[in-house]
Amino acid sequence: MSTPAEKHALRVSGETSLTLVAFIVFFTALLAWVYLFSQPVIEQSTRNEKLVVLNQILPANLYNNDPLADSLTLPPEPQLGTKTASTVYRARNNGKDSALVMDVIAPDGYSGPIKLLVAFSANGQVLGVRAVEHKETPGLGDYIDPRKDKNKTSPWIDQFNNVPLSLSNKDWHVKKDGGDFDAYAGATVTPRAVVKAVHRAQEFVMDNRKVLFTRSTTQNSANP
Amino acid sequence: MWITRTEFVDIAHKGIWKQNTSLVQILGLCPLLAVTTNLVNGVMLSLATLLVMSLSNLAVSSLRHFIPYEIRIPVFILIAAALVTVVDLAMNAYLHGLYVVLGIFIPLIITNCIVLARIEAFAAKNRPAPAMMDGAMMGVGMLWTLALIGAMRELIGGGTLFSGIDLVIPGAQALQLLPADYPGLLMAVLPPGAFIILGCIIASKNWIDARSATRQLTQAAPVSAGGCH
Repeated sequence: MSTPAEKHALRVSGETSLTLVAFIVFFTALLAWVYLFSQPVIEQSTRNEKLVVLNQILPANLYNNDPLADSLTLPPEPQLGTKTASTVYRARNNGKDSALVMDVIAPDGYSGPIKLLVAFSANGQVLGVRAVEHKETPGLGDYIDPRKDKNKTSPWIDQFNNVPLSLSNKDWHVKKDGGDFDAYAGATVTPRAVVKAVHRAQEFVMDNRKVLFTRSTTQNSANP
Repeated sequence: MWITRTEFVDIAHKGIWKQNTSLVQILGLCPLLAVTTNLVNGVMLSLATLLVMSLSNLAVSSLRHFIPYEIRIPVFILIAAALVTVVDLAMNAYLHGLYVVLGIFIPLIITNCIVLARIEAFAAKNRPAPAMMDGAMMGVGMLWTLALIGAMRELIGGGTLFSGIDLVIPGAQALQLLPADYPGLLMAVLPPGAFIILGCIIASKNWIDARSATRQLTQAAPVSAGGCH
């Protein structure tokens, strides 16, 4: 037989744990409810955000499909600098291949990798570049992001708008290294990394553009 | 009466000045250093924290008679974490641009000791209305401090104010206060700049407090002198 004290302790601990369970159930339900409500809005915002960047580097007259829906997942690719699977968005005009937008990573930024989004035309020309994620020094190397660039009328990254295909391997360098691309004084590591990464990515597109445009999304998900 | 006038004044004074989270309690320094590179980020993170603290204080205070003393800490954490997640989801949905900028610091509000500290020290012992007011006023104290640090770092670092405002109000423009060719002072934007500016603000606050204390002393002196006669 248990003593009254033991019975009391048992009852209190039972009640306490039941209270905790009740709180957990209630607040989990609250979270589930908020999640259900906000999820469609969050998906829409994420999509809009991607579209905003996409529209900055991909001329709207080049396509009439939905590139976000017509995407392809690529395995990690050293030439693109990607260490995990990355996405390629395909733009087509009335079914005709017109442009590719893909994730490119410059691994050798001043403070870690620089994540870029690069648009290529169907013949492999670079149409535009945006830095999506980077940790470059604020006020020094972060001008690769046009929002941080002091030169608002022609930001540094605009040099990548419609880069001529005739550019030789020697031209694909910053001016300091004898190439064609400007770099602001004081920070050459960052632009050097970006120029090299875009060039490598262009070579990759040149070699693989047929496959990138034709490979179907479904086939890809089965065999990435 | 929901809340009396004296209660309100006392809570507001403590939250905004006397027990200011960043200047006196020195709590939540990690977001303070990381986020206040400009005014808008500082204000928005403070607003999110203010919202979480008001709601969690209100919730805990309303439920305080149902929370067994022995398990109060897990229940407090549960309530606060649930509310942080709600704010996190809402910001992700409706202020997505800003959510991307503030990033990990929104969910990390739960690790800001000030949230749990106010629940334990105030909300668990007081009626809902004063408890909610306490959370809000502690938030206001954090708000003006982070806004001041953010504004100073932004102005000294880059010569602008309100950069990134377009993430909150679409179409709004940042103010260029210093000439456009201002070279900027990198240190202000980096973490050491935040420490130095925070130190200056704490010193100013202590100076103001010390001055008003001496003034009260000198004002009180003639009265006690009068008592001697």
